Amino acid sequence: MRERLEALQQAALADLQNVETQQQLNDLRIQYLGKKGELTEVLRGMAQLSAEERPLVGQVTNETRKAIEDVIEQKQALFARLETERRLQSETIDVTLPGRAVRAGALHPLNKIIEEVEDIFIGMGYTVEEGPEVEQDHYNFEMLNLPKDHPARDMQDTFYVTEEILLRTHTSPVQVRTMLAKKGEVPVKIICPGRVYRRDDDDATHSHMFTQIEGLVIDKKVRMSDLKGTLLQFVKQMFGEQTQIRLRPSFFPFTEPSAEVDVTCVMCKGHGCRVCKQTGWLEILGSGMVHPRVLEMAGYDPQEYSGFAFGMGVERIAMLKYGIDDIRHFYTGDLRFLRQFARL
Amino acid sequence: MNVSYQWLSQYVDLQDVDSRTLAELLTRGGVEVDAVESRNAGVSEGVLVGYVKAREKHPNADKLSVCTVDVGAGEDLQIVCGAQNVAAGQKVPVATVGSVLPGDFKIKKAKLRDVESYGMICSAKELGLNEKMLPKEQQEGILVLPADSEIGRTIQDFFGLADEVLELGLTPNRSDCLSMLGVAYEVAALLGRDVQLPEVNGALSALANGDLSAADHVKVNIEASEGCSLYSARIIDGVRIAPSPQWLQNRLLAAGVRPINNVVDVTNFVMLEYGQPLHAFDRLRLSEGIIKVRFAREGESLETLDGQVRTLQSSMLVIADGEQAVALAGVMGGASSEVTAETTRILLESAKFAGAVVRKTSRQLGLRSESSLRFEKEVNVDAVMAALDRAAVLIAELAGGTIAEGIVSASTATTDPLTVGIKLTKINDYLGTSLTGTEVQAIFERLRLGSQWSSADDAFQVTIPKRRGDISRDVDLIEEVARLYGYDNIPTSLVYGDTTVGALSPAQAVRRTVRRTLAGFGLDEVINYSFTHPQKSAVVPGVYGDKPAVKLALPMSEERSVLRQSLIPHLLDVVAHNRNHNQADVAVFEIGHVFVTDEEKLSKLPEQPLHLGLLLTGLMQSAQWLQAGRAVDFFDLKGVLERLLASLGIFDVTYSLHAADGFHPGRTAQLTVERNGQTVVLGVAGQLHPQVQQEQDLADTYVAELDMYVIASLVDTQIAYRALPRFPESKRDLALVVGREVASSTMVDVIRQVGGELLQSVQVFDVYTGEKIDASKKSVAFSLVFRHDDRTLQDEEVQSIIERILQALADTFAAILRS
Ligand SMILES: [Zn+2]
Repeated sequence: MRERLEALQQAALADLQNVETQQQLNDLRIQYLGKKGELTEVLRGMAQLSAEERPLVGQVTNETRKAIEDVIEQKQALFARLETERRLQSETIDVTLPGRAVRAGALHPLNKIIEEVEDIFIGMGYTVEEGPEVEQDHYNFEMLNLPKDHPARDMQDTFYVTEEILLRTHTSPVQVRTMLAKKGEVPVKIICPGRVYRRDDDDATHSHMFTQIEGLVIDKKVRMSDLKGTLLQFVKQMFGEQTQIRLRPSFFPFTEPSAEVDVTCVMCKGHGCRVCKQTGWLEILGSGMVHPRVLEMAGYDPQEYSGFAFGMGVERIAMLKYGIDDIRHFYTGDLRFLRQFARL
Repeated sequence: MNVSYQWLSQYVDLQDVDSRTLAELLTRGGVEVDAVESRNAGVSEGVLVGYVKAREKHPNADKLSVCTVDVGAGEDLQIVCGAQNVAAGQKVPVATVGSVLPGDFKIKKAKLRDVESYGMICSAKELGLNEKMLPKEQQEGILVLPADSEIGRTIQDFFGLADEVLELGLTPNRSDCLSMLGVAYEVAALLGRDVQLPEVNGALSALANGDLSAADHVKVNIEASEGCSLYSARIIDGVRIAPSPQWLQNRLLAAGVRPINNVVDVTNFVMLEYGQPLHAFDRLRLSEGIIKVRFAREGESLETLDGQVRTLQSSMLVIADGEQAVALAGVMGGASSEVTAETTRILLESAKFAGAVVRKTSRQLGLRSESSLRFEKEVNVDAVMAALDRAAVLIAELAGGTIAEGIVSASTATTDPLTVGIKLTKINDYLGTSLTGTEVQAIFERLRLGSQWSSADDAFQVTIPKRRGDISRDVDLIEEVARLYGYDNIPTSLVYGDTTVGALSPAQAVRRTVRRTLAGFGLDEVINYSFTHPQKSAVVPGVYGDKPAVKLALPMSEERSVLRQSLIPHLLDVVAHNRNHNQADVAVFEIGHVFVTDEEKLSKLPEQPLHLGLLLTGLMQSAQWLQAGRAVDFFDLKGVLERLLASLGIFDVTYSLHAADGFHPGRTAQLTVERNGQTVVLGVAGQLHPQVQQEQDLADTYVAELDMYVIASLVDTQIAYRALPRFPESKRDLALVVGREVASSTMVDVIRQVGGELLQSVQVFDVYTGEKIDASKKSVAFSLVFRHDDRTLQDEEVQSIIERILQALADTFAAILRS
């Protein structure tokens, strides 16, 4: 009995060794383990065994069954794996084909710069103020120490609608309106982004409409050194930690002292290149201490309060930052241009 | 202002400061130098003054001559010359063999038609001189030099070419630097050196004519005191008009002023030197010699130096001789009293005319000159007499005359020198510096501001010279201190005071959300000009009806003569632009202001709402290997708007069919919401009218224009959480056949109303028209979801609601359940 079981196990394992298909495996399972299979056949002889032998043979029988089942199971797993592999193989696609298009639009580069500047100053505790683009002469000029017939009005050739109404030439009237609205309250810490208009013939570097961001701080004891410190902090965040500033005396009717602010050339990091005309510096900001006349007119006593203001052209910064060579690109809506800025 | 380095060095010691260093110094000090140009365009040393001893015709060429030229080198040179005007006895510039002319043109020995030539006789152009600055007779052919020119002298030396010109880009406040002396004061202050003023008094007495008194030959009356505060005149007698000596011509050429004759050149020279414009009248051509400074009579006419007869206005200031206007004060002289070759007696004028008056006159006549430019910015009253004396001396010296005794003058206002007080602490508080009284005092001294320092009061009293009209307040002095101390030396610090919270306003934050959301949907952001063509603002009048556009008073072109009332016309231009670059699929948006008014002529500011414009055209989805392309339609646009508004918490927008000019009448909706019993209009969305599309050569184009201020006012960012449902939902689909004209949203309204609280949602999931149903009908399929919050709904309950819904739809729309 025992010998028969061993022989059966050997035969079964030998047969399983050579099995190659699922069908063969199924057949062998039936042949050895099926209801009419060989193992069942052997077990039928159990009836003739003595009571002492039965448990022993029963155990051997279970071992034999287990041994055959284990191998069948292994084979079964192997076939399943091979089957899966075959299926996956047949499902292979060309992963180099392009993906299904997902539309993504681009934010306008000028607005990207505005947001960047806004966020830096918001981080320094500024709020963002806006005002009308069609503005009164009063706010655009007179309240900024530029009375009618002031020679400095020539610096900003203006589009008038009527004698008293014009297209603002800078965003400074927003500063005036904000100061008046604050009614002498301090601190004033604002930046004012927006479109402005000047009578310029459009070419690669001039545009009759362009974008400015101005800033204004008014408080007790605001110093010119604070202006320098604030602008330094700004340019480091905007253009990188190595960026330095250099101030140069200049003239604006609404500030005194006034300064042009040069910034380390973003192209050559100050070593000198074509963009900075080999100077290592780029002029990107105008600034100064708010003129006492402007403070007075806006309801702040210049003996008690002082302030600084600064302004920059957004197009210029965008052109420098992205290397754009023609200011008109910002305004033609050319998708080949705009889509280059479809990035965060 | 063009400043000659050599000329400037007459007034300030510049020995150790080259022109580049000087330019940097000025720029860093606040007087920007735009460029430094050499006066020498490339003329080498070997270009000399030569004397044409003889001129023969070339044996083999009609147009050439063979000249024998003495250049002071011992041996005469044979030079072949092609110019028509070369003649024996002339002094001419000669480029000798081995020398170089501008353009790196090297002169070699040459053979021209078998005749050897040892050099070249040069024209002004070949020397790199600006011909336009030369007298007419020197512009053509070879340059003929004055007969007394020294043979063998280098041309570099002759024209003073070893010089550099600094081009100043002056800000309006620094008109003091519109003069050589003004620049000299500035440079002297920056370098801490002295200024050497021209010596006048000695020469004045040496050239005085004791027999002649100016008062006998001229009287001065200022009748218009608001136009002129000081008028002074001198008489110079016995002058002979001739070309100026070369040194004077060179000074003028360096400054970019054309030499004319000795008298006129002196007035220009002194104007450049002192910043004080002068005018020379031919005294003998003035019939009365009674100068009256008055405003013109309306319609009075005057022939100016340029030969034009000008009709004057009463705002213009004139100089009259007796009754007759003879000059436009500060702007241009009159032809009738012009200095000519025959002039022998000069009436020289030096005055202070009011800047605003000169400015207005020169604007009205379109006449701007070096003179008007300086008067406009207010000349230095202290220089009026000094410049008059200096010019009288130079005219007498160079034109061989004598100066009549005395100055005849009239003045209407004398002003005391301005004194400005300032405390040291204010300077330091304002700049963030810690300067001492001594340091500040030293700066005032360098600037030649008279200052008195009182350490007890911690204060300065500073006397401002008239030449610095830009300094009138304490802050102006602070700027002077900062400039001279150096902006670079001011420390950096941060503002004192409490920290403030920075933030965007809610409306600004909404704008950012809208822009990001739309970009996320695949729309590109554009920015268009605010100015447009008057006809363009009417392309899609549906947005703003027929209100007048805001018009510019003096537009630069008709194309940009009015302000836009809608964003759509320029969005259409964007489509046209991109189509020209083979890009027909465009999905763009813009957020920008439009300008709306009821007034033809503005008496107040127009409304300037902020609009959001969207445009979709071409393919929504471009054709790809895995999918066919799909053209945009109304529902793409509406989907964008719905999703955008939903992201802002605006869910209850009604889209109602809307008739608006310029839009497709059957494919356009007005967007509204109800708030507090009011209907609020957000904007309009739809297809362009096919006729507009055809006129503009556009494919089907869908546009929307919404008011951002309205949107911002509706935004609801409060998210109210609802507990997740605990009981199952029951879903039913209904397909109903109704007339084609029935709006699906009205059916949804009825379904909602009848469905009550148990109806969680209703959605249109199919709309069918076609052969399976009557041509006048459509089938609309709805998906309804029912749920009770507290228990599982029974089928019978749902069924009874469905039946009531069907009944209501049948009653309202004659809707029939589709079998
Ligand atoms: Zn650079």
